[in-house]
Amino acid sequence: MISALAVEIPYWGQSIFRVVGGLVAVLLPAGGIVYLFLFKMMSFMQSRLGPMEAGPYGSMQLLAEVGKWMQKEDIAPDNADKPIFKIAPLVVLLSTFLLIVVVPFGPDAVFADFDTGVFYFLAVGSISVLGILIAGWASANKYSLLGGLRAAGQLIAYELPMVLATLGVVIQAESMNLNRIIEVQNTGAIFGFGGLGNPFILTQFVGFLIFMIAVQAELTQAPFDMPIAESELVSGYMTEYTGFRFLIFFIAEFATAGVFAFIASVLFLGGWGVPFDWFGWSNIDDVDWWMNIVGPVIMATKMFALVGIIMWVRFSYPRFREDQLQTFAWKFLIPVSLANIAVTAILKVAI
Amino acid sequence: MIDLSRSSWVVAPLSDTETTDADAPQALPGDGLREGIVDDLRQRIGDALIDSHIVPNDDLFVRVATDSWADTAGALKTAGFTWFSFLSAIDWMPSPYGKGEEDPTVEKEPIDMTIKQGVCGGETRMQVFARLTDLDRHVGITIKADVPDDKPVVDSWTGSFAGANWHERECHEMFGIGFNGHPDLRNMYLPGEFEGHPMKKDFPLLARMVKPWPGIVDVEPMPVQDEEEAGGDES
Amino acid sequence: MMSDRQQLSYIASQAADARLNVELETEGMTLNIGPQHPATHGTLRIIARLDGEQVIWAEPSAGYMHRGYEKLTEVRTFPQVTTLINRIDWLGSFANEVPFILAAEKLMEIEAPPRAQVIRTILFELSRIANVSLFLGDLGVQMGAITPVFLAFRDREYVLNLIEGATGGRFHPNFDRIGGLKDDLPKGWIDETKQVMKKLIGFCDEIEDLLFGNEIFQSRMRGIGVIPADIAKEYGLSGANLRASGVDYDLRRDQDIALSYDKADFKVWTHPDGDSWARCWIRLQETRESCKIVQQLIEQIPAGPVMTKVPRIIKVPEGEAYVSTENPLGEMGYYVVSKGDLGPFRVKIRSASFNNISITPWVLKGVYVPDIITILASLYFILGDIDR
Repeated sequence: MISALAVEIPYWGQSIFRVVGGLVAVLLPAGGIVYLFLFKMMSFMQSRLGPMEAGPYGSMQLLAEVGKWMQKEDIAPDNADKPIFKIAPLVVLLSTFLLIVVVPFGPDAVFADFDTGVFYFLAVGSISVLGILIAGWASANKYSLLGGLRAAGQLIAYELPMVLATLGVVIQAESMNLNRIIEVQNTGAIFGFGGLGNPFILTQFVGFLIFMIAVQAELTQAPFDMPIAESELVSGYMTEYTGFRFLIFFIAEFATAGVFAFIASVLFLGGWGVPFDWFGWSNIDDVDWWMNIVGPVIMATKMFALVGIIMWVRFSYPRFREDQLQTFAWKFLIPVSLANIAVTAILKVAI
Repeated sequence: MIDLSRSSWVVAPLSDTETTDADAPQALPGDGLREGIVDDLRQRIGDALIDSHIVPNDDLFVRVATDSWADTAGALKTAGFTWFSFLSAIDWMPSPYGKGEEDPTVEKEPIDMTIKQGVCGGETRMQVFARLTDLDRHVGITIKADVPDDKPVVDSWTGSFAGANWHERECHEMFGIGFNGHPDLRNMYLPGEFEGHPMKKDFPLLARMVKPWPGIVDVEPMPVQDEEEAGGDES
Repeated sequence: MMSDRQQLSYIASQAADARLNVELETEGMTLNIGPQHPATHGTLRIIARLDGEQVIWAEPSAGYMHRGYEKLTEVRTFPQVTTLINRIDWLGSFANEVPFILAAEKLMEIEAPPRAQVIRTILFELSRIANVSLFLGDLGVQMGAITPVFLAFRDREYVLNLIEGATGGRFHPNFDRIGGLKDDLPKGWIDETKQVMKKLIGFCDEIEDLLFGNEIFQSRMRGIGVIPADIAKEYGLSGANLRASGVDYDLRRDQDIALSYDKADFKVWTHPDGDSWARCWIRLQETRESCKIVQQLIEQIPAGPVMTKVPRIIKVPEGEAYVSTENPLGEMGYYVVSKGDLGPFRVKIRSASFNNISITPWVLKGVYVPDIITILASLYFILGDIDR
């Protein structure tokens, strides 16, 4: 696929490259998010230092944690439905990997360039619900069951605002292809001034807010962390998991945060690109090949910014009760997002 | 009767703080308040009020007959004592085990086992007692009643004060006193199969029985000394 | 609507079921919250029968921390009992010693010198601040806000350092003696207290902004667990729980005992609602009032001895006395029966949390599972206080 490099890579080479790239694209953000935000930002907000022992300023803490979790005993409760118990974390992580497939990191650096990229990621993003639900059920633990059921209700309820918020972007970009959406944002102009491009966060600010709230709920982060609800359910659906399986849940939580932030930056912040005006490009085929190398860096920056906001809200707010959470989704977010679509459509046709 | 002279105590003026309303009820000066309460109670329950003891400007103790234990609760509640503090029991028998602080090598002196009740007297080994407060007049009252020795059962207070539920459960578990009319008399703290009633004086404090109290010095003879020099040195 | 007695017998029958087989899943699910649980302040076990997310009935099962204090006091001398009762409410532990010492002093007909009384009151209020500031932080954690608790612990350290400076112990000072205090204040303590009180008032403002002003927090707390005033009085709720139901009763103002509250001007906060929000809000205001009390009293410490003349071996004359004070958790009192010995004959410990939690079966009917945590958090108990 990297034809610009004028090197013919055999198909098996490309596959390996994709697999490694996929792993890196998922795990590296997860690691970075965990260290930067969970260990350090949270600690500073709570007027403490966070891990400082493992490595300089605690940078090796993540490796230490991974090593710790991996060497633990693999316990499954007696009454648990063992095959399903063991599969559940993998299902959750599966949805993350499926999502990263469609995220573009550069004009050519994308694992699969679907024309219906938006549709794909909205559909695939709800596979994690399955994983959480079967984790809660198969644990043979009332706390986990409560957590799993709450999660099912919550995640399904917040899928809808996410979909509807994305629709606004699709209407404005006139395409479901993620690369095309990036192109439209970076070639657009605000009242004739092309210097900033036209990131959809400016016109779709309502959609952006709704999308971020829906992402917060999809990740079961506070204020929507009823399924985990540490002060009531111990760990909710994750209570019975330990060792390597818990590590997978842990990684999946932060990797999914990273991936959703990637997608949000694609949809609303202009993705891997800077406004094309800066370099005089006019469409995506003009973009130079070095954008494939710089693009991931730009994406990472935008992703960290968005995850920073997600984590910031997580550490500050108390949690909603389940019925308040559902009321918020159904009675507030969905009507607002529908109104957003209507206004977008009207303005699209009129202007 | 014990006379606690109050002359050296500071009486806080009730009207100096910000929140007291102009027409909040003020306590009457002197003894009239508590005397009035005792008279009122005597009118309500008649002969059942056996004895009373007033500590002037300070406290009030009454003793009632066992049969009207529950009626007293209702009477006091209508008289204004709406706040329930606690309900428990006292076992007036001195402990036959002493304190477990004597040197076990020295012969124990016999313990005086006469049962002598306290304020307001009493005729039985165990008494239930409870405390109520009148929030408007800022008065507390302690009510005692005898528990018959042969059949330790009294009436329950849960009819008048729902909060007595837990207190009576604890009293039952600790003293073995039954409560008529209690909806769910089971153990409060101890497991269901626990035998015995720990707060009774004839239930020993096992820690002191099993091991001599460490405060006794020189129970163990020093290794190099003669055994004659070892001996109890009670502290 | 069933009467209270019918409710009680219904609960009793269900609790009897629960005792038999807690895992029995007939209609509704029986859930055990605790005794090991991140939310409860200690080993409290709540057996709840749920219908989905709603509670049909809930019954606390106390006693996992029962230490038999009342029996233990019978084999101790009066000064030794102080060490024991420090550990009833271990967060504000100086406050536990005070009613007992006052009861013993009442029986001995002595009174601590004025300097000791003022310092006792100051330490009493400091222990209240230490206790309730942890409550305010912990409230956030129960709701899911994990940040305020660190701020609470950080600011509470200042108060604990103060208590340690004066008494030698952060958590269990064991400083009160019959007839006064063990020691006088160290040099520089008064100035440091003035600084710390300013910091604590700042902390109260911070928590009010961060937690109490949060809309999610308010929607979780308002209207949850309403306890009307007459039910509160019947169950013997005390402290902020009682004042949150609108009853204007504060033992600091409404009784005259040998503590120096009359020297300070303070406001008694009440709230008409009686819900969880009211209880928590009142505790916040009371913490500020405590800081102001300390600031006033610290200017007025009279000179003089801190201990009256008491015999070296203390024998309290025969008699019975009950003294209760407005402790951080509520009203705590000791009914001391003495027979003229070295030690008490019987001590009945009236602890606040025992009554506060006895209302749980009544108040937890029909609420949601997250509200169980909210209501318990707002009632605020310490396990040592329930179980003694």
